[in-house]
Amino acid sequence: MATIKVKRPDLSAGEKIYFGALFKGMTITLRHAFRSLLGKSTGAETLNSSGVGITMQYPEQKWDDHLPEYFRGTPALVTDEQDRERCVSCQLCEFICPPKAIKITPAEIPDNHEWAKVEKRPAAFDIDMIRCIYCGMCEEVCPEQAIYLRPDYVVTGTSRTDMVHDKDRLYEIGGKRVGLVNKWNELK
Amino acid sequence: MDQILLIAAAIKIGVFLGITLTFVSVCVIFERRFSAIIQDRVGPNRTGVPLSILGLKSDLALPVGGLTQPMADGLKFILKEDFTPSYVRKAFFWLAPCMTMVPALITMAVVPFGSPMEIGEHVIPLAIADLSVGPLFIFAIASLSVYGITLAGWSSNSKYPFFGGVRSCAQMISYEIALGLSLIPVLMVLGTLNLGHIVEYQANHGWLLAPFWGDGLSLERWLLLIPIGITFFIFTTSIFAETNRTPFDLPECETELVGGYHTEYSSMKFALFFLGEYAAMIIGSALIVTLFFGGWSIGFGIDQMLPAGAWWVSLVHMGCFLTKVTVFILFFILVRWTVPRFRYDQLMDLGWIVFFEAALLNIFLTALVLSYSSEHVGLGGVAFGGFLLLIASVILIKIAKSATSSSQTARAI
Repeated sequence: MATIKVKRPDLSAGEKIYFGALFKGMTITLRHAFRSLLGKSTGAETLNSSGVGITMQYPEQKWDDHLPEYFRGTPALVTDEQDRERCVSCQLCEFICPPKAIKITPAEIPDNHEWAKVEKRPAAFDIDMIRCIYCGMCEEVCPEQAIYLRPDYVVTGTSRTDMVHDKDRLYEIGGKRVGLVNKWNELK
Repeated sequence: MDQILLIAAAIKIGVFLGITLTFVSVCVIFERRFSAIIQDRVGPNRTGVPLSILGLKSDLALPVGGLTQPMADGLKFILKEDFTPSYVRKAFFWLAPCMTMVPALITMAVVPFGSPMEIGEHVIPLAIADLSVGPLFIFAIASLSVYGITLAGWSSNSKYPFFGGVRSCAQMISYEIALGLSLIPVLMVLGTLNLGHIVEYQANHGWLLAPFWGDGLSLERWLLLIPIGITFFIFTTSIFAETNRTPFDLPECETELVGGYHTEYSSMKFALFFLGEYAAMIIGSALIVTLFFGGWSIGFGIDQMLPAGAWWVSLVHMGCFLTKVTVFILFFILVRWTVPRFRYDQLMDLGWIVFFEAALLNIFLTALVLSYSSEHVGLGGVAFGGFLLLIASVILIKIAKSATSSSQTARAI
């Protein structure tokens, strides 16, 4: 009952001899070979081909111009227009981070400081880029809009410690972000 | 006097072994680059010297377009751990890779790499052994390599290699017959088994598959193109099967058998299999070139214009031969990325039912064409022969058809 008899297609004499298909296939592969040598493969232009095939030669050529707006690269910390650290070390990102890549050491802002009313800031903010899965949960959860996924994707290092982004590095990647929340400054 | 020949033989062994082994690495890089190009990719093009692992500041990038890739591959094979599973039969496990590689390298001995060289009063043929049974020697030795594969499959003591070994055994035996039979028409036409003489004949009288000069322009030679064409097709396909190349790479088809007969092998032992396979491919292409495309001859009557025996002529011929072999290797690679793998029963049907019969009939067809040009057989005799051949082929095709239909019903059950 459950057996289904599949009817094999009846092949014509030409198909049985197999030569035609053989030569057709050869012409297709040869055409691909010639076209990729000439750099005229289909899609070579749109894919930023290096001249052979459709492959981009990565470190020399990069895809950066084609990165979409929503690209999620390395997470980074940002400062506001008055160079204040946006992060108030609430540690929400640390708690939400699925691979536990973020480690924050909170610290108090001293009373005589310009931003004493913010009360807290991170003393240390480490993101282990070996663990990070670029999910963007930290960005989503941040109440201060202090952490963002930047379009940088080249994260390399020769040791494990190289791969941990500390606070300075994170601010270096993130830079200044203007607008957004103006909860703490006088601009609102 | 004999000393010169002895020294020449030693030099030839060294040089030709070197050429073959170099060609293996050339094959590997060709395979990788050419298959990449066919698939619209680039392939390995930036292998350098990793000086940084020696403590230097940066790596050395050589501007040779990845030609050093085979060296890196070889180095990798040497540096990898040579792991022998505990459950293998050790003696055979060790023996198998050698038995695959050695026959492939031995067959190289009879292939003429270039035209004979004159040194003093000696004429030195540019083949290590100028045997008068060249093709037979190659068949005899090359079929030994199946032992290596079968032993590898059996001694690995695990199921996938075993399947690979068994498949390889059956496949090799099936195609050996077609290979041997398909060659007979060539030998009928040329009347010699000495590969050197075969090439010389083709240099003077036109290549077997491209008789565009000399005696090659006669009607007889052009008529002979029909059986020779069939021979060429059967022979080339059988060589594909013999060297375990796609579309006949059933002994190691990755999708079904992991790695086939060499699943359990690692490091240099695997490299030996690899080497043997590519060496077999090179020898196969060399044989095809020698038999059908005039071996070392440049062709088009140019060979006669060059002074015979001069050392530079021999070298030019050698270059010509290697160029032709390279072209054939590229053809092998092209076929690999064009033709999908055959199913196992299709492979057996093709070997036993199609090629075996076709090769048999082809022998008689060749005889018929040859008799057409001889004075002893009249036109009536040729016509009668043709009639007989027609009947024979009809009967054979009938038998082959019944065989395929019965094997299909057997499959259905």
